[in-house]
Amino acid sequence: MTVLNERRQVSNGRRVERGRLSEGRRAERRLGWLLCAPAAVVMVAVTGYPILYSVWLSLLRYDLRFPDEQEFIGLSNYGAVLGNEFWWNAFFVTLLITVISVAIEFGLGLGLALVMHRTLVGRGLVRTSALIPYGIVTVVAAFSWRYAWTPGTGYLANLVTPEQAPLTERASALGIIILAEIWKTTPFMALLLMAGLALVPEDLLKAAAVDGAGAVARFRKVMLPVMKPAILVALLFRTLDAYRIFDNIFVLTAGANETSSVSMLTYNNLIRGLNLGIGSTMSVLIFITVAIIAFVFVKLFGTAAPGADQERR
Amino acid sequence: MDTRSRPPRRGRVAAAVAALAVCLPLAAACGGEGDGVPVINLYYAPEENLQEVVDECTAAADGRYRIEYQLLPRGADDQRVQLVRRLAAEDSQMDILGLDVTWTQEFASAEWIQEWTGEQQEQAEQGTLAGPLESARYQDRLYAAPKNTNVQLLWYRADLVDQPPRTWDELIEAAQRLREQGEVYQIITMGAQYEGLVVLYNTITASAGGQILDEGGTEAVFDQGAVRALEILNRLATSGVTSPSFSNAIEDDARLEFQSGAGAFQLNWPFVYPALQEGAPDLAENVGWARYPAVDAGSPSRVTIGGYNLAVSAYSRYPEQAFEAALCLRNPEHQLFSAVNDGVPPTIESVYDEPEMAEAYPMREVILAELRDPATRPGTPAYQNVSTVMSAILSPPSDIDPERTAQRLRDEVQDALESRGVLP
Repeated sequence: MTVLNERRQVSNGRRVERGRLSEGRRAERRLGWLLCAPAAVVMVAVTGYPILYSVWLSLLRYDLRFPDEQEFIGLSNYGAVLGNEFWWNAFFVTLLITVISVAIEFGLGLGLALVMHRTLVGRGLVRTSALIPYGIVTVVAAFSWRYAWTPGTGYLANLVTPEQAPLTERASALGIIILAEIWKTTPFMALLLMAGLALVPEDLLKAAAVDGAGAVARFRKVMLPVMKPAILVALLFRTLDAYRIFDNIFVLTAGANETSSVSMLTYNNLIRGLNLGIGSTMSVLIFITVAIIAFVFVKLFGTAAPGADQERR
Repeated sequence: MDTRSRPPRRGRVAAAVAALAVCLPLAAACGGEGDGVPVINLYYAPEENLQEVVDECTAAADGRYRIEYQLLPRGADDQRVQLVRRLAAEDSQMDILGLDVTWTQEFASAEWIQEWTGEQQEQAEQGTLAGPLESARYQDRLYAAPKNTNVQLLWYRADLVDQPPRTWDELIEAAQRLREQGEVYQIITMGAQYEGLVVLYNTITASAGGQILDEGGTEAVFDQGAVRALEILNRLATSGVTSPSFSNAIEDDARLEFQSGAGAFQLNWPFVYPALQEGAPDLAENVGWARYPAVDAGSPSRVTIGGYNLAVSAYSRYPEQAFEAALCLRNPEHQLFSAVNDGVPPTIESVYDEPEMAEAYPMREVILAELRDPATRPGTPAYQNVSTVMSAILSPPSDIDPERTAQRLRDEVQDALESRGVLP
């Protein structure tokens, strides 16, 4: 609280200062705003308008196949979606994929980051090869996974599950989706965490070592706290990404056998079902969920989270 | 590109580069208009020898228009998504659309395709089989010209059974008898959770004289016949006569399984026959065909038809030429060509009498008999929803509990019809 108050005073102070700005500085500031304006207008046009439009669509009964039956129906679409088992099934599938894949990615990513950070020989080679999965287009990688797990043509299916079609059963299909996600995005996690590792001053580690801290203690008590902002950025980015998972599922199972994510379900209703009302409702619900996730991250981790004042980038 | 104002030189280079960048991906759309001949873009699924038909029709147009064959993706779902996305954006570069029979009502209701009237309508209807023609209608108006049709047959091992079974009861009994004798016995067909399962159910329902939707296509009925069809479907799945992969099989899985000699009976489209002759010539000699099994011995089966219709986009810039071109693409001569070369059965009845048909389609009599009294799939703009919901509820067929499943179908299909429900 006191910190907040102090900050408020500081900003008040600034405002007072602003009043005393010289004519030249004020003109410069205005020019700055004018220069920013086109970019800001474009941003609002390309993001703000579609968002508002889909909120509006979500309040309509609007099916492209029944152009004459378009009408305003308030929140009925939300009732239809939230009261539907397909939606909740997709929601829990998405949560499951998000939690498991982000947790495993974090563990592997941290390990990979330490390896990349500490490698003495062939550092460039290690870093490059670790980043290869991230460099491959997701759809291409997903197709490779799909063929690998298709009985008859795939080496993984023949090797691990002969006599079965793992992509046609729910549990194994979800496992493969999570595996593909982890394989694909662990390097990204590692990259972000490595940036955090670079923040840890060598002197601090040496000092801790002199004070008798072992490797584990140095990692937990020195490195992790310093890395916290980077960790949060990595977790937040990956959680939001994972929650919106689409391409892997689209290619691997197309949502069959109850493996739909919320994005997949939205696509099915919006693009294939041509139901703009229901589909937009789902988009808005995804948007709200993403906003909640971001909000929780920022609140829970306070000033260390991205977007909080201290860590403005 | 706008050429009214002459841009300065550097601008012109930039404009040319920009034009190139815009045109390159759409080569067919931008190119060729220079000679003043309207280009009619035909969007159709990949069909190996269709290009020849297209070229002939362009030649027949004698410079009035030129048809360009634009390939749609191979998968039916992908084809539909591409068409729908572009029509929703009022794309004027699409003129003739190749529509699966189940999309015609949907596109008509969305006002994406033009009604056929007058002389063109007469030409499209003349000599065309009633079933395929029905699939091209919506609210008693014609919205497309049927290009080709399709219908499933019963394929059986003539070395194992003397007489092909005529009803489902006989079919299941015959398979059970073969199993007891230690022979190959399986009944192979498509039972995966997809359109094919809906087709199977629709055929049994129609054969039992049942109805899925009411005449207008707005109420989910699922009457006594539809309940009886659920019983049969369940019995088929639970009497130990299907292949273990029944509930996961689509067309090609079924074909391959039968081709490997694992089955005594197969219910599938005619494409399996040429494939069988090529892949397993010894087996092919012993394979016979018959009309799809009926429900009651007294009334013959009514089999669901597939196929493609040609429609003219509502946003086409050259509708007159497009109608004419569509008629050319599906005229008797070209239907015969496609039937023989691409294996797609004609929609014009007289084509079946052509001598070339006898060679390519030894089973044409049975096909024609089924086509004369076929079952169409429920004609509703919301068919996509109805089908998705039905295949989800019918799968797996071994879990069907006729009365209870029928009630679930009534409720959820009704929601789907009103496009209120959520699609899985």
